[in-house]
Amino acid sequence: MSEFVRNVRLWLEPERVRDQGTTPDYRFSLANERTFLAWLRTALALIGGGFAVDQFLPHLRWAWRVALALALLGAGVLCALRAVHHWMRCEQAMRRGDDLPVSRFPAVLSLLVAVVAVVMVVVVLAGWAG
Amino acid sequence: MTAPARDAGLQPQRTRLAWRRTTLSGTVTAVLAIRASVRAAGPTTGAVLVLLCCVCWLALLALAHLRIRTLAASPEPPTLTPRLAWAATGCAVALALCAGVLVS
Repeated sequence: MSEFVRNVRLWLEPERVRDQGTTPDYRFSLANERTFLAWLRTALALIGGGFAVDQFLPHLRWAWRVALALALLGAGVLCALRAVHHWMRCEQAMRRGDDLPVSRFPAVLSLLVAVVAVVMVVVVLAGWAG
Repeated sequence: MTAPARDAGLQPQRTRLAWRRTTLSGTVTAVLAIRASVRAAGPTTGAVLVLLCCVCWLALLALAHLRIRTLAASPEPPTLTPRLAWAATGCAVALALCAGVLVS
């Protein structure tokens, strides 16, 4: 079974996580839960950033404002979905006694946030100048 | 001689506070969302979006409350259920969708 099909089945039937392996120490599960919540907060902050760009930069040209807001909102949605996906994968790995999954998502998200920040600075400065 | 008690490291309390922080983040986002919805072009669209955002915010608060009660009920609380995790994620995604409607 391919990785993708397995992931989709895990998403559709999340209770299957419990079918495998043994329940790990509750402290590890709670730490995993806090990591999930930290990512969810990051997602909420990105979504809040999307709202803020739309409301507090009214002098920007429409296209720029919408593009920046949608970039932040898209990053927020991705971050939220990835938070729950990563939580399930970690829970599964702990139940089976596997290594925890590694991910390039944090690096990708950092780059995306850095790009949005730089674009925002440039656009706001250019907008005020012009 | 009794075995030394296992160090729980205040794990349930820390997790409870993490849920609390998450509801605070959700509140800030919901306030921004409601502010934006009130200023939305059409009064009908605005009202529907305000309602949706309020529902998302209240749902997040209810989920956090549910989990906090489970955490408080036992010194070794059960694992977070995937359903609850998905529901909390759904609240965040729904807020983002409201924002998408407002922006475009």
